[in-house]
Amino acid sequence: MQNDLALCLGDDALILGHRLSEWCGHAPTLEVDLALTNIGLDLLGQAQFFLAAAADGASEWRDADALAYRRTEDEFRNCLLAEQPNGDFARTIARQFLFSAWQEPVLRELAGGADQALAAIAAKSGKEVAYHASFAAGWVIRLGDGTAESHRRMAEGLDWCWRFTDELFEDERAGLRAEWDARVDGVLAQAGLARPKPVRGIGGGRHGRHSEHLGHLLAEMQYLPRAYPDAVW
Amino acid sequence: MSAVAGDLSARIFGLLAAVPDPEIPVISLVELGIVREVRDGAPPVVVITPTYTGCPAGVAIGAAVRAALDADGLREVVVKTELSPAWTTDWISGAGREKLRAYGIAPPETARERLAGRDMAPATCPQCGSAATAEISRFGSTPCKALWRCLDCAEPFDRFKCI
Repeated sequence: MQNDLALCLGDDALILGHRLSEWCGHAPTLEVDLALTNIGLDLLGQAQFFLAAAADGASEWRDADALAYRRTEDEFRNCLLAEQPNGDFARTIARQFLFSAWQEPVLRELAGGADQALAAIAAKSGKEVAYHASFAAGWVIRLGDGTAESHRRMAEGLDWCWRFTDELFEDERAGLRAEWDARVDGVLAQAGLARPKPVRGIGGGRHGRHSEHLGHLLAEMQYLPRAYPDAVW
Repeated sequence: MSAVAGDLSARIFGLLAAVPDPEIPVISLVELGIVREVRDGAPPVVVITPTYTGCPAGVAIGAAVRAALDADGLREVVVKTELSPAWTTDWISGAGREKLRAYGIAPPETARERLAGRDMAPATCPQCGSAATAEISRFGSTPCKALWRCLDCAEPFDRFKCI
């Protein structure tokens, strides 16, 4: 594992993409089902490229599949927000909105960076993520500005996710906080939603310390390649 | 580029112009803009680029390009996927856009229309030509399309997302 940044971004995309795939066949409407799984598919594609960049070609982490399917949970570097359970539709939208609004400027910076291989993946992925962010923002507004019930659920979804957002701005990502704050506040204002009350943030995902949810996710995601190593079809 | 290399490039583009996209078979891989270039060398390289990073047709497209080259005796030519510059719907040819429309898919706006903000306006119905249309879903049957409907003829249709 040579590239920590590629690993973090690849793991974010892989784990959140898997979470979104869990909505397949369960979303409130067919159109939303298509949307959530399409976003998941984009993220899975991004994960393939980022993890391929993180793989070193020689060791046991030779390629993207080895990284995705053969690591244990303490070896994953995704943010805690990505692995949180879907909850109801509003919580899934809250998670997506907060994440995509962060991912978009991260990729924009990376696209202008010195590492040409990562810049190419970031430029490509950024186009997709802009779409995810606008889709999720649209639903935050619809639910927040909808019925009393949808408003309540959207507020609860944001509250639930909020404790995992400080982790997104650790270390060199701290500089992106002001832009993200402004974007989030703008959408919340349109949605008629209050900004969640400050809470003590929970981190650790970037260092392999995960919530109890990741192991269950990996058990499902990794079952087949662990039961049948190197299976092809 | 030497004359021989130019010949090879023209030959390969000619070959792949007859290979349909696996998801939207009315349009070829060349018209879709995913066959980027033929690089002279030993071996020569055909560069292709994905539309979306997770597009499931990507594997089928690589296989179709390989098969077309092999069938024409070009086994030595290497097929390479490159991400940069990132694919844009601006690379879909004019003929390709017309084929999409005839097939019932509202084509993506051109670069000029996009700069004028036309991609944010309602799509034109590919069935009846009405501009009275509404988005049903920002995501459709494939990663590259959104789902729309016409308020005049009442038909649903796909709109190619402009990226």
